[in-house]
Amino acid sequence: MSAPSETGAGDPVVSFRELTLCYGKVRALDGVSLDIPARRLVGLIGPDGVGKSTLLSLITGAHALQQGELKVLGGDMRDAGHRDRVCPRIAYMPQGLGKNLYFTLTVEENLQFFGRLFGHNAAERRKRIDRLTRSTGLYPFLDRPAGKLSGGMKQKLGLCCSLIHDPDLLVLDEPTTGVDPLARRQFWDLVDSIKLEHPQMSVIVATAYMDEAQRFDDLIAMDEGKILATGTPAEILARTGKADLDAAFIQLLPESRRSGHKELTVPPLVCEKEDDYAIVAEGLTRKFGSFTAVDHVSFKIRRGEIFGFLGSNGCGKTTTMRMLTGLLPATEGHAELFGRPVDGGSMEIRRHLGYMTQLFSLYGDLTVRQNLMLYARLYGLPEAEVPERVERMLERFQIRGIEHALPKDLPLGLKQRLSLAAAVIHDPDILILDEPTSGVDPVARDLFWELIIELSRKDKVTIFITTHFMNEAGRCDRISLMHAGKSFVCDSPENIIAARGTTTLEEAFINVLEEADPEANKSSGDAIRTEEAGPETGAETGPECFRLFSIRRWYSCFWRETLELMRDPIRATLALFGAIILMFVMGYGINMDVENLTYSVLDRDRTRTSQNYALNIAGSRYFTERAPVHDYQELDRRMKSGELSLVIELPPRFGRDVDSGRSPDVSFWVDGSMPSRAETIDGYVKAIHDEWLSSRSKNPSKKNSKDVSIQTRYRYNPDVRSLPAMVPAVIPLLTLMIPAILAALSVVREKEMGSIINLYVTPVTRSEFLLGKQCPYLLFAVLSSLLLTVMAVTIFDVPIKGSIFVLLLSSVMYAVVATGMGLLASSVTKSQIAVIFLTMMGTLLPACQLCGMTTPVESQEGIARFIGSIYPTTYMLLISRGVFNKALYFSDLNLPIGALALMIPVIMGAGIMLQKKQES
Amino acid sequence: MMQTIKNIYQLGVKELISLCRDWLMIALIVYCFTFAVVTASRAQPDSISRATIAVVDEDNSQLSGTLGDAFIPPMFMPAAHITRPEIDPLMDAGRYTFVVVFPPDFEKNVLSGKGPEIQVNVDATRMTQASTGAGYIQQILNGEISKYLRKKSASAANCVIRNRFNPNLTQSWFSSIVQLVNNITMLAIILTGAALIRERENGTLEHLLVMPVTAFEIMMSKIWSMMAVVLLASAGSMYFVIKMYLEVPIEGSIPLFLAGVAIHLFAATSLGIFLACVARNMPQLGMLLILVFIPMQMLSGGMTPRESMPVWIQNIMLAAPTTHFVSFCQSILFRGAGIEVVWKPFLMLLIIGGVLFSISLTSFRKSL
Repeated sequence: MSAPSETGAGDPVVSFRELTLCYGKVRALDGVSLDIPARRLVGLIGPDGVGKSTLLSLITGAHALQQGELKVLGGDMRDAGHRDRVCPRIAYMPQGLGKNLYFTLTVEENLQFFGRLFGHNAAERRKRIDRLTRSTGLYPFLDRPAGKLSGGMKQKLGLCCSLIHDPDLLVLDEPTTGVDPLARRQFWDLVDSIKLEHPQMSVIVATAYMDEAQRFDDLIAMDEGKILATGTPAEILARTGKADLDAAFIQLLPESRRSGHKELTVPPLVCEKEDDYAIVAEGLTRKFGSFTAVDHVSFKIRRGEIFGFLGSNGCGKTTTMRMLTGLLPATEGHAELFGRPVDGGSMEIRRHLGYMTQLFSLYGDLTVRQNLMLYARLYGLPEAEVPERVERMLERFQIRGIEHALPKDLPLGLKQRLSLAAAVIHDPDILILDEPTSGVDPVARDLFWELIIELSRKDKVTIFITTHFMNEAGRCDRISLMHAGKSFVCDSPENIIAARGTTTLEEAFINVLEEADPEANKSSGDAIRTEEAGPETGAETGPECFRLFSIRRWYSCFWRETLELMRDPIRATLALFGAIILMFVMGYGINMDVENLTYSVLDRDRTRTSQNYALNIAGSRYFTERAPVHDYQELDRRMKSGELSLVIELPPRFGRDVDSGRSPDVSFWVDGSMPSRAETIDGYVKAIHDEWLSSRSKNPSKKNSKDVSIQTRYRYNPDVRSLPAMVPAVIPLLTLMIPAILAALSVVREKEMGSIINLYVTPVTRSEFLLGKQCPYLLFAVLSSLLLTVMAVTIFDVPIKGSIFVLLLSSVMYAVVATGMGLLASSVTKSQIAVIFLTMMGTLLPACQLCGMTTPVESQEGIARFIGSIYPTTYMLLISRGVFNKALYFSDLNLPIGALALMIPVIMGAGIMLQKKQES
Repeated sequence: MMQTIKNIYQLGVKELISLCRDWLMIALIVYCFTFAVVTASRAQPDSISRATIAVVDEDNSQLSGTLGDAFIPPMFMPAAHITRPEIDPLMDAGRYTFVVVFPPDFEKNVLSGKGPEIQVNVDATRMTQASTGAGYIQQILNGEISKYLRKKSASAANCVIRNRFNPNLTQSWFSSIVQLVNNITMLAIILTGAALIRERENGTLEHLLVMPVTAFEIMMSKIWSMMAVVLLASAGSMYFVIKMYLEVPIEGSIPLFLAGVAIHLFAATSLGIFLACVARNMPQLGMLLILVFIPMQMLSGGMTPRESMPVWIQNIMLAAPTTHFVSFCQSILFRGAGIEVVWKPFLMLLIIGGVLFSISLTSFRKSL
């Protein structure tokens, strides 16, 4: 490690000057400069949120540079050409368990995907996958979905995926967070042996575990976006004069951050009664389907004891806690708190319980004080006591001064203290803490433990806590180790160490784990030795890697997306099923035919003529007669209730007046509350009246007195029924909205899950990635438009009169456009809920209102008309109606087909260009 | 009991504080109840407006010219003149909805009383305009010809149509109210559903269930707070936007309407909670919303009359709160009906809300 001024031996693998990066107002990196030497194992140490991950994502090119200079593998990372060239030589494993993996895919499929991305052929992939999985012990699990692997195995798989192309620079971001001690050790052994195999490879690792840092060649200590110190572990220890790196790191921190920190001591537990148990669990078991999450776990915890629960992610710790709190019923066995069985419904037990989760469960929109007040009141403290109690908490947990801040703006350490304050505001007897310290820096962690110890020893609160940190486990009165749902040891830390004959707690645990799971132990160590190690074939950086568009990489993305879609049948069926439901709804719902109108007659004449008039209406298929109305009051009442839509009033002496040619008035009372319906009724009424007139005028055999005859020809849909007109219009709407949402979600999901990182750091280009993802949804869209067309013909009885070929051709083109619009929407959004709304607004509104589904585009004005005339649905509607209703063929429709064809490159181009190849 | 009420109150206040901090959400609510209502009232024109029409004049006489010019905005776009062979391709392309054809010697035949034929071609795939438009064209042509011949025809009886509740059939009255009704339902479902999912994803819901707080209290708190927000917004929208700004005459009693809205909100927020219990995450909630809300909106009777739907759809839709909501809105706001008429939909909404609420209550814990 060398400061920029000193020039070390050999070229540095990474070198940066004055590197600064801000997320909004927060400075994640603050003008750092350094050269990182090649062929070394370099560790980046420091707590969460100090800029470690930011630095690594810059180095791998996943994040765009803001200020400063950065050279990686001998070139400038601002240069996109250089990034493309070095991309295949860098491997990056992002933070989080299996962040770059696809959980529904199996181990084999994940590896195949990455192999294809780097352009290996089938035989090469097979060889590499077998070699890597054999040496990591994953070989027996090739068929297991990545999501079902344990935390340690996920990390190993992540490592395999990164190593498949023999990189020159391996970047690992907190690869062991949330992994049990044994798996952690195996992981590092694996890294060491890989390093041995490939001596030319440089490795940069970020970690929050100081004990791991001991094994690295060089260390870079970081805090608040700055580099505190660099050097070998021995140098750093020597400089600070401390025995371990945890203490050394605290020593390196500036004075202000260290204030109030002192070495922790735990006073011994004094129990008046030995058998005064606060928590008792016997044979606690929880099954989810065939999977046993917790397997016959038993323990007894005395009052005032600090009981630590250790184990890797997914070993059943949280499930056990949830059973203790009554959130989850136990499948077998039982748990007691204070001698009373746990029952989810019991309010009494809950009053004595304090609970704090990993997520801190504070309301981010309420101020600190409001949060505390709310919790105090919910625990049913008397109103008079509430303010005083809140004050006491602010005092005791040293959070005064920030009481009007919002928790979401607070640093983790403060959030943690606030959360603890909220959990103990009602003076509980039992405190259950689920990984309260993960991600918090060492100083804040020690402060937190001070409070925990005080609560236990002074207030006699029984504390049940889970943690990943061994030094924290050492402070507990007793600890229990869980692995794969079983509890193995349960004793005091000293006894465990003594019984195992080891020097540290960590070794003792590894010892226990190895005994419990001999398989896991064997898998990694010896396999590596049996391997005829050596990079016999370099990465195939053939011409394929640099081609603008590689069919193989495209196919890789397509193949993976298809697999994912097939593994999530709920999504696909929901979408198909949804299209069918909505087709029914719209086919029947957007119905302009007004039928079965209720009407009644107010006949004040009661002659043959008036009855004949009324009969005239009764014969119409549009109307349904109800009991006659007798007076205005009744008319008013029955129309108000909505029972009658139309009342026909025939005046007194109607018959006589008609006969004597005095032209009496027939009054039609129409319910105008729904204008479109009323308008239709008006039309019907006029027509019926005219009919009656002409039937009368025929009677006296008078010559037709009409001046002209107007002949109305309803074309394409002679009966003027809604269904034949609506169904061809609904298909383009549905085949736009649903495929667009699915395609958009597929990209944004990757953004939310983090696997989008594969786009940033592998050689795959934006067009390969997006076109690959689009293809399955394209097929889905074509399938659903076929299905809807078949529905139209069979169920709705709307025949296809024109060219089926034209309909098919344009459906395919339209599907490309629809999915392309989804990709376009995905390029500007980051969250799934936002993209759903954006896509819905962006498709449903214009397609329904502006594209001529009901009102023709030509009748629109201004901006609405402009949007209508460039929106693809307008043209698909013309084609669909043309083929279904108007019996048209290709030559009649070449204009709209041409318009659709033109939109494909425009929309796809925009979608691909707007998608970013780097995070910014 | 006291504690239950206090908890419901406290948790509800918390919801309101959270909402106040979410500027985007507030903006969305304000937009939904002001601009969206105004735009809706203007966007959907009267059923026939600016219809495209063309004339084939093979007579080129004074009469045919007058008739051709009689189609004027706002109902029709100025008529274009085309030739007979152009009719088919232009109508096929959807360029004109109506084409009127005057045959040769039209004027001569009219004057000599031979009763010539005018052909009106209608593109019947344009459902909204086809039949009403054809009716208007007929009226216009007859009127103009009568004027031309200066004739007064006496018929056996006159047809006098009185449109009650909305004499001029102003579409904007109706569309603004329907928009308000839709927004009320949509926001009630989204606000409660999203509030519950967000709390589940943040882990606070789990925390609440470890405290002495019951699922009933949590659900009630979400319902009352979101009800209060939407009710306030709809009252404001009703008085200031619809009544004062858009000048829509309201027949019935607005307090009665708001009471109905409150009952509907109970059902809609319960539906929101129910959907949030079914959905595993936000995207699923989004998909479910689309699948539930669009049919509810389209088939409620607000867009097209209920009686023209197939009977089985009518029956299914009886289970949807919007059907009853739309029904009592029309009764109260347009027809001025009182409680003696609308008690039935009120009762139905209470039942639907109660059922949804109880189902959610039983599955609340399981959905964690």
